[in-house]
Amino acid sequence: MTEINSFKKGLKDGLPICIGYFSVAFAFGIFATENGLTVFQATILSLTNLTSAGQLAAVPIITGGGSLAELALSQIVINSRYSLMSVSLSQKFSPDVKLKDKLYISYANTDEIFAVSISQKGEIGKKYMLGLMIPPMVGWTTGTLAGALAGNILPAMVTAALGLAIYGMFIAIVVPVAKKEKATALCVFISVVLSCVFRYVPLLNKVPSGFTVIICAVVSAGILALVAPVKADEEVTENE
Amino acid sequence: MSNEKFLIYLLVMAGVTYLVRMIPMVLLKKKIKNRFVISFLHYIPYAVLSAMTIPACFYATDSPVTAAVGFIVAVVASLFERSLVQVAALSCLGVLATELIMKFI
Repeated sequence: MTEINSFKKGLKDGLPICIGYFSVAFAFGIFATENGLTVFQATILSLTNLTSAGQLAAVPIITGGGSLAELALSQIVINSRYSLMSVSLSQKFSPDVKLKDKLYISYANTDEIFAVSISQKGEIGKKYMLGLMIPPMVGWTTGTLAGALAGNILPAMVTAALGLAIYGMFIAIVVPVAKKEKATALCVFISVVLSCVFRYVPLLNKVPSGFTVIICAVVSAGILALVAPVKADEEVTENE
Repeated sequence: MSNEKFLIYLLVMAGVTYLVRMIPMVLLKKKIKNRFVISFLHYIPYAVLSAMTIPACFYATDSPVTAAVGFIVAVVASLFERSLVQVAALSCLGVLATELIMKFI
């Protein structure tokens, strides 16, 4: 089997991801500072976590003084799909990737980095992975910084409008798949109904936001996994 | 919020997120075969994102009316399979246009 292990090729393949991440992170930066994080806090959160949905869910928990258990559990559920990707990815590595390399490569296993590396023909080495990781990390972090700074400068009307940007991206991820797969559409429907119940029904609306996301996601995905299991070989495709 | 308080949240969050990615890569040698687990993890992203979006997005702008317009724009643009950035930009423009219209009514 051929081995792909060029740092330069990694960088080149990571560049388009970097550009995409910059714009999503820009929206996140605005969201984070609007919700009470400082520019520095928003930026370091992005650098250390590299996860869009996880970070969006975390901001209200953190600024609202939620419990550490709520924060930890919400991240486990929201980021659980990465564990499956990590398993697939580790089987794609050449023998050149040792345990110590996996310790830093796993940090950057995002949906897009996974999708690009898994689609390579042949085994992949650590130099390629390192090259592939760097541009998205830079894009995600600097995008957050730029958005957080812009949030403080732009007119209120514009930042209010930009408040919808990150949800717009989530909609752009979910809707095309829900359009194609009936089961996913049903999953989305159940999740949304539950989410509204937890927002508007008295007493239930006292449940902290992090737990709400966990309950909605686990229940709806659990039901669909029982009634409409996917074929084993479909496994993980690009999600975000 | 203060950096001291933030740091504890940051450490827990970054630690958990890292472990979710790192442990399976280092420890699991065989592919996950369990059909329920694979299916569950297939649906999870869509379940998470939709629960996070509705109804929260209707409170993301200055008024639910402008947010609703932005939401509808985003759904329509997504049905036409525009890219993430295009959908987000169009939905924000929808909000901005509605804000301006409402200002002059």
